[in-house]
Amino acid sequence: MTDHGRTTDGHPSTPPRPGSIVACPDGPLLVRGDVEVLDADGRPVDKGRRTVALCRCGGSSIKPWCDGTHKVNGFSSST
Amino acid sequence: MDGMSPVEAPTTTPSTGVATAVEPSSGRAPSVEPSSGAAPTPSVEPSSGAAPTPSGEASSSAAPTLPPRGAVRLPRPAPRGPISTALLAALSRSPGAVDLGPLRAAVAARLTDPTDWRTDEDVQLALLCLYELHYRGIAGVDDDWEWDPDLLAVRAALEVPFEAELRRTVPVPECDRRDRTGVAERLFALTAAADGPSLSRHVARKTTEPQLRELLVHRSIYQLKEADPHTWAIPRLAGGPKAALVEIQADEYGDGDPHRMHAELFALVMRAFGLDDTYGAYVDHVPAATLASLNAMSLFGLHRRLRGAIVGHLAAFEMTSSLPNRLYGNGVRRLGHDDVAATWYFDEHVAADAVHEQIAGRDLAGALAEQEPELVDDILFGAACCLALDGAAAARMMQAWDADGTSLLRPLP
Repeated sequence: MTDHGRTTDGHPSTPPRPGSIVACPDGPLLVRGDVEVLDADGRPVDKGRRTVALCRCGGSSIKPWCDGTHKVNGFSSST
Repeated sequence: MDGMSPVEAPTTTPSTGVATAVEPSSGRAPSVEPSSGAAPTPSVEPSSGAAPTPSGEASSSAAPTLPPRGAVRLPRPAPRGPISTALLAALSRSPGAVDLGPLRAAVAARLTDPTDWRTDEDVQLALLCLYELHYRGIAGVDDDWEWDPDLLAVRAALEVPFEAELRRTVPVPECDRRDRTGVAERLFALTAAADGPSLSRHVARKTTEPQLRELLVHRSIYQLKEADPHTWAIPRLAGGPKAALVEIQADEYGDGDPHRMHAELFALVMRAFGLDDTYGAYVDHVPAATLASLNAMSLFGLHRRLRGAIVGHLAAFEMTSSLPNRLYGNGVRRLGHDDVAATWYFDEHVAADAVHEQIAGRDLAGALAEQEPELVDDILFGAACCLALDGAAAARMMQAWDADGTSLLRPLP
């Protein structure tokens, strides 16, 4: 298997998981599947893992990723 | 991106030239260990106190890796009382060739007053050894002991009071809702209301180097097999909750890269602090309060009946990880360990567990609650046990430090 949708003998393999974004209540945006994360210059950011959490509260120290700070800074997604 | 995240660091080619400790290939005959209690051959070069050497790379930004290691068994622990003495004596022989009468008698004697199970050194060490038969095994112990009916009966005799004490001392948090979102919200609220990351704040602000090394020794008992107890739950679940657990565990296990497994990242930290990262190297140093945390995970993970509890345990574990690990990482840097080997593990957990807690709350625990509503109480019980046991272990540690003592049973070399 390769990671580009083809097996080593050239046949189509399982397609990549479609991209999805879950807006977690009072928390981050959970990004799964075939989604590229780009920086301001359009360069891909290494996600480091298959599923990532994007900061939504603005308080993370590791933006664009979530570091759990929303749990202590009073962030609410309900408004 | 703000700054350099360790996850961006390129990995280096792993060294392959280091001998690994190996087990007898037959898997049947117990390996014969010297009875002197000598340390087992470590699977990696002896730690010298120096930072791990990234193989072949000089760049400080390169992610360090350890040589591939063999499957290392738990070193045979030193007994702590009559039960563990009888148990380890029995385990040194083959099943069927030994009378378990003395072990049963030792357990029966302790059962006349089945209290203080969580802090009993003898009981917790015995449970640790009995559970270890299902993980990596114990040096010099025949693997056939794992499913020996008489030994399983002994384990059950020790487990019943353990679970009973947990149920007696850890109240099940109330949860009015049984739906996915409601259960997730309750778990987040429960973990937020916990006493807070006082240990991690202590580490961030004032823990000394020797105290931090002690903390790593405590944590090594679980962290060098990080994620394994919760993995037992995978075949016990179905559908969405199973997929969610696999999603979390795959990340814990480095998504297929052995050098990014969280247990391996923890080994890097140990080496950065001059500690032996051999699996179980410090089992004789670690007190019952710490062993009880791991034993509860094994209890929950190895009993299908308790699948709700192991899921709740994982949810609470993940929900109390991101913020504390940021503080642990700060403490490590404060003490001058700012190389990637020393900090990667902590930085990785800040980002990873911010993801895992969301998955664990709704897709795992919440979805399981909807699938099997009768498990809701156990989900919350497992979460509460995680908080109570980890809290007790941390409190014991900090009390010892406050008294300028050691939190370990014996001093570190």
